[in-house]
Amino acid sequence: MKYALRRLAMLLATMLLVSLFTFVAFELISGDTASTMLGTEATPERLEALREELGLNRPLPVRYVEWLAGFFTGNLGVSTSYRQPVWDLIAPKVLVTLYLSLMSFTLIVAVSIPLGLWSAGRTGGPLDGLRTAFNQLCMAVPSFFTGILLSWGFGLVLKRFVPGEFPDPSVNLSGALRYLFFAAAALAIPRIAMTVRMLRSTIQAEMQKDYVRTAISRGNDRNAVLRRHVLKNALTPIAAFLSQTLAEIVAGSIVVEQVFAIPGLGRILVASISNRDYPTVQAIVVILAFWVVLAGMLADLVSQWIDPRLRLGGAA
Amino acid sequence: MKQKWNGFLKAGLFLTAVLAALVALGFFWTPYDPSAMSTGPKLDAPSLQHWMGTDQFGRDIFSRVLQGAGATSFIALCTVATGAAGGVAVGALTGYFGGLADEVLMRINDALTAFPSILLALVVISILGPGNKYNVIIALGLVFIPSFARISRTAFAALRDVNYVKSARLMGAGNGRILLVHMLPNTMSVLLPAVTIGFNNAVLAEASMSFLGIGVKPPDASLGYMLSEAQGMLLGAPWYAVSVGITIVLLVFSVGLIGEGLLRRDKGVG
Repeated sequence: MKYALRRLAMLLATMLLVSLFTFVAFELISGDTASTMLGTEATPERLEALREELGLNRPLPVRYVEWLAGFFTGNLGVSTSYRQPVWDLIAPKVLVTLYLSLMSFTLIVAVSIPLGLWSAGRTGGPLDGLRTAFNQLCMAVPSFFTGILLSWGFGLVLKRFVPGEFPDPSVNLSGALRYLFFAAAALAIPRIAMTVRMLRSTIQAEMQKDYVRTAISRGNDRNAVLRRHVLKNALTPIAAFLSQTLAEIVAGSIVVEQVFAIPGLGRILVASISNRDYPTVQAIVVILAFWVVLAGMLADLVSQWIDPRLRLGGAA
Repeated sequence: MKQKWNGFLKAGLFLTAVLAALVALGFFWTPYDPSAMSTGPKLDAPSLQHWMGTDQFGRDIFSRVLQGAGATSFIALCTVATGAAGGVAVGALTGYFGGLADEVLMRINDALTAFPSILLALVVISILGPGNKYNVIIALGLVFIPSFARISRTAFAALRDVNYVKSARLMGAGNGRILLVHMLPNTMSVLLPAVTIGFNNAVLAEASMSFLGIGVKPPDASLGYMLSEAQGMLLGAPWYAVSVGITIVLLVFSVGLIGEGLLRRDKGVG
């Protein structure tokens, strides 16, 4: 519990740094937001009025604190390209990206753990090299290519869904989830290959240890030893790996959302970068960074729950 | 028992050599002008005249793929060179000298490597401005520094107190000479697989960014941009997307095999 609190403090400190860095970086490059928004319509009076309205004529530290508070009060400034509050723009999209990422993560865990266990039990033999080569091949297929193939095969040919027409989740939840499933699968496939590979090498290293040999020589079933002892000991590195995966899925969803035309955070981020809409980019970057840092914290908490030796501050 | 060659290394080197030869050829000669329209019938399926078919403007897809693969490989190579040079410099200095700078830089490094590279690259590119080949190289190169720094730091720190380094120091060799002549060649077994993985990540990252429309844009060629173009012609010319996609897969796969081969050689397994 004490550890969890300390970890939470670390999370907050990291987020404070990340947000400060993001704010300053984008403040430096964005120049004068008011003149960007007004463009050719700018007159000195109108510029001044807009700056007043947006609060741009106040000192930087004050604006930083206000912006930071905006993540809790919902006031993150105004998008320069969509001319509406950033919060209203991104709030509905957060949920879509969250659905997509969680669905993909579930797929990865559900497929790769059994597959990794199965593959770890079979070493050597003529097929070993082939399996590794196949694994390399799966890792080489980028998720946007898988996505295009899936939307061609299941969308255009088999007509399981209509590519480009994402159903509104608040109206047609099951339709939206089915649409997201294909995107989640595209996102999951290369990462399943990576996870299986990682599981395989972790489990194989663990199987070399003395306690495993002892357990097997005492007449225990090999598979039972694998499930009951080896898996438990291999869990810590697996948890760390999966948390990294959780972070990468969110980054990967940026691309997959584009392939499937899913109105999520990634799509609006890309559009905002192209439009140089810095208030929006700023907010999304911090939200995505929060997700990454949160995934890291979850992994640490899970690992120390699995393996009490890792508990910081406890008796060594 | 260290084996010099293994199946992965051989297959990977062979595939990479074939692809590299094709890409090199593409710089000097393509069957048709990659951007010329109406080189044949529009939306034509692959045939002897057009190995990968034509797109809706009648452009020859094989020529376009050759050009795009060249551009993507060039960007990926520059990116890896930037990332590796920067990362090895940071890693060598921190690993060799240690101290406070080491502590601080590695903390920052840990924080940065927690972030997916594509996310960091997007932040850097939005600061530099999208749509330019060199900005993509700078953005990705910067993003690749931390992982190289971490790997080479570990390798250099492990060599710091090895006997041959100590004796070189006793014989009066300077720090620069020790780092470059004595230590760097001995970190290659760790660095080379990292470079192959880095190259693959660079190809995928460049392709994703250009696919998103914030990486390389025409007139510069890129496989990622072509794939996004091909997605729009999926109904009429599915072979366009498939050809471009398979080219990316082959590039990454063949270099990945080399990486796997190098790793296995060092571990001494077949």
